[in-house]
Amino acid sequence: MTLTPADATARLRERFGIDAPADGSLLTIDVPAGRWNELGRFARESLGCLYFNWLSAIDWKEQGLEVVCRVENLDARVALMMRTKLGPGVIQCQTLTDVWKGADWMERECYDMFGVVFEGHPDLRRILLGEDWPAGHPLRKDFVDAEYLPYR
Amino acid sequence: MEVKKPLPQVPPPGWSDVKDLQEWEKYHQTRAQDDKTSNALTSIADTIHHMPGGWIVTTSTEKIFNWARKSSIWPVTFGLACCAIEMMATFASRFDVERFGMVPWASPRHSDLMIVSGTVTIKMAPMLKRIYDQMPDPKWVVSMGSCANSGGPFRHGYHVVKGVDRIVPVDVYVPGCPPTPDSLMYGLLKLQDQVAEFQKTGKRLAEPAVAE
Repeated sequence: MTLTPADATARLRERFGIDAPADGSLLTIDVPAGRWNELGRFARESLGCLYFNWLSAIDWKEQGLEVVCRVENLDARVALMMRTKLGPGVIQCQTLTDVWKGADWMERECYDMFGVVFEGHPDLRRILLGEDWPAGHPLRKDFVDAEYLPYR
Repeated sequence: MEVKKPLPQVPPPGWSDVKDLQEWEKYHQTRAQDDKTSNALTSIADTIHHMPGGWIVTTSTEKIFNWARKSSIWPVTFGLACCAIEMMATFASRFDVERFGMVPWASPRHSDLMIVSGTVTIKMAPMLKRIYDQMPDPKWVVSMGSCANSGGPFRHGYHVVKGVDRIVPVDVYVPGCPPTPDSLMYGLLKLQDQVAEFQKTGKRLAEPAVAE
């Protein structure tokens, strides 16, 4: 008995009380930041989403950062898009590295580009930017490239 | 009798001793930015030139040398992005730059020309400079494509060098995104014209050309 998107929606609503509408085989769920890790564990252990696809973030300016992550159950062909809004000014987020090992480098990249601090991450350093990168996180909306001010 | 300990001789750090490339480069940047030939060669040529009748020797040998130089320009393969595909096409049989004596060579130490084909990121810039420094004099640089010319569509990005001429002196700029093999070929022919005018003094006669 493989998992269907409708099944997954029902089980997510049962566990989290949040509606996760399915668009084809893709489910999208928004959780509060406090349940981020719990959602990840549920997705892996109950929904069988063994494949960690990617993790990134969105800067919504004054509304703060939003962390987005996509995991998939490749056998059942169900994909789950997990989103959480951290809130204005908050940069701390729970880590997913204890659920998926593959989240390690994606979270490092997210820290590098957006400055999201993943609590419980084993080795949170910059990964892509050069070692001489002065400061700041370039994909933040308030990041200013000092070399090019007049043209921005 | 007291034996003195020898003073410790501190050699300049080798590659394995330093943390990163930039630190390494700090110790090894002695050459001036824009010169194309070593000081020794320049002074020899200068001396001969100012001897009685010496200018005949220097000018006529220069012509022969320059003819030889321009007829066998070996570009070091420095493909960085999609421009590299066009560069490969230029070297391949259909366009065949080899008829101008240009052989793509995978070693900077045997090359005369560096075709910077593609986006130069800030992380890549020290390596590019290092490969340029490894090339023997005289050497030329062709900046191929919008990214290498000015940063191109990534000019306002956080990670791209805004024109490779901020790192190495450029002789020919080839515009395009990416330039067709024909454009690059035209740029290389422009470069041949520049090489024909090359002088041992290291001064460039021509301004950097724009192959349009």
